[in-house]
Amino acid sequence: MPDVSSAVRDMHRMEALARSNTGVHRLHPVTKLLTVLMFLIAALSFERHAFGRLLPLFLFPVLTAALADLPWKPFLKRLLFVEPFVIGIGILNPLFDQVPVPFAGFEAARGWFTFLSLFLKTTLTVLAALQLIACTGMERLLAGLHAMGLPRVLVLQVSLTYRYLTVLAEEAGRLLTAYSLRAPGQKGIRFSAWGSLAGMLLLRSFDRAQRIHHAMQLRGYDGHVPLPPGTMPGMADAVWFFGWSCWFALVRFVDLPLWLGRLMTGG
Amino acid sequence: MSHHRLEAIHLKYAYPDGHEALHDVSFEATHGECVGIIGANGAGKSTLLMLLMGLLHPGAGTVRIGEVELTRKTLPDIRKRVGMVFQNPDDQLFMPTVGEDAAFGPRNAGLSESEVQEKVTAALSRVGILHLRDRAPFKLSGGEKHAAAIASVLAMDPDILVLDEPTAGLDPRARRRVMGLLESFSHTRLITGHDLDMILALCPRVVILREGRVAADGPSSTLLADSELMEACGLEVPLSLQPCAKCGYVGHRKCQVDMPQTGGSPCESR
Repeated sequence: MPDVSSAVRDMHRMEALARSNTGVHRLHPVTKLLTVLMFLIAALSFERHAFGRLLPLFLFPVLTAALADLPWKPFLKRLLFVEPFVIGIGILNPLFDQVPVPFAGFEAARGWFTFLSLFLKTTLTVLAALQLIACTGMERLLAGLHAMGLPRVLVLQVSLTYRYLTVLAEEAGRLLTAYSLRAPGQKGIRFSAWGSLAGMLLLRSFDRAQRIHHAMQLRGYDGHVPLPPGTMPGMADAVWFFGWSCWFALVRFVDLPLWLGRLMTGG
Repeated sequence: MSHHRLEAIHLKYAYPDGHEALHDVSFEATHGECVGIIGANGAGKSTLLMLLMGLLHPGAGTVRIGEVELTRKTLPDIRKRVGMVFQNPDDQLFMPTVGEDAAFGPRNAGLSESEVQEKVTAALSRVGILHLRDRAPFKLSGGEKHAAAIASVLAMDPDILVLDEPTAGLDPRARRRVMGLLESFSHTRLITGHDLDMILALCPRVVILREGRVAADGPSSTLLADSELMEACGLEVPLSLQPCAKCGYVGHRKCQVDMPQTGGSPCESR
């Protein structure tokens, strides 16, 4: 039976991480958004078999995690959810693309390199996105997107969806617990109970969402979520953005692993 | 004219399915008064609160706050003056931190950020949870959640507080703490609940609802001690007004009957 409560706990843990007060957390959300955007552009712009050249990009998530004091375990756990899909998509590449490519004194099918490249790109992009949320927080991230010109109505949609996601997950958790307590030894949910469980989940979520909406209305909510106050970007923001942008450009346009290899072997 | 007065005049309400929840409910709470609203399940307490807060609109009758009648036009202004604390604080605390939640109302009111932070600090200090400002609501204990929910309403500087079962689900110590907090407020307060000892301790006056009508309105010490009335309204006389099982005394004192085996004293333990 899926452990919904652990999913809710994971969401709450991400929010808790976002409330730390490290230098990375204090950066302006727009700075962090733009930096991650540059990172994604750099990572995704590599040729489909250039897996070795992607490796220097790992400096970004590694340094971000160190500076923002982020633990690795929850991120790697989440990566595990995504990677099977990528493996499913890319695992056939070595069969379809068998053009031999020399590598470290051996020859391997080009499909292996495209597969590894796809795997690394997914790891890098998912890690960067998760770290962005974990060191910024959804509210500030949305405020940043709004500052970058995202229409308020879309910001509101995402903000409320994010809030209600927890509500839905909590209700689902309660229903599943109640079900499993009265269906000992049963794996999963019996097909005949799906309809009533889904219907009940919908009705209960509506009910709870309405109470939350009432609480918001009573405190002056009129369709506009007050976003947290914005701060002006400072020198640290400029250093963060331009420093990383230069590194991404260097990694993208100079074959650093090759250069490093030549330097070490004197070739 | 006082903004602290709340008046329900001949309120009627029927739900869309035809169920008539309230028939002709009238009462008034004056400046600084603390009024308990009690009744059995289904008596109409929740519907009455929703009508008072403008979350439902009455089929007939009016709600007046001060001299202002509650209409769709006056609703935003009235909601600044009347704050409601929900029975389940999880429904009320929807922002990521306690501080952000308390800031939600003042920010909606369009206050500057420095004013918002002042209000938040004052409200959290008032209920004694300033140290929880950056904590996530879901990580708080039941008593702390209730305090945070009260602070989120206090941050809006309301004249009138409406509290729906404020001690529901709390352990004895947290219950006592919330009661102490509510007792210290000078706002006009409407408190609903099934915890009749709490109602008796906090509210000098009580309005008893029965099947959508006001069955009685008067001093708590008299009405709550009237076992016939309470029975007829589907309620029970609060424990503290029931006679001691051993010596028959009503009230708090050392029991006149010795209970050496247990060391207990029904009068005091009540």
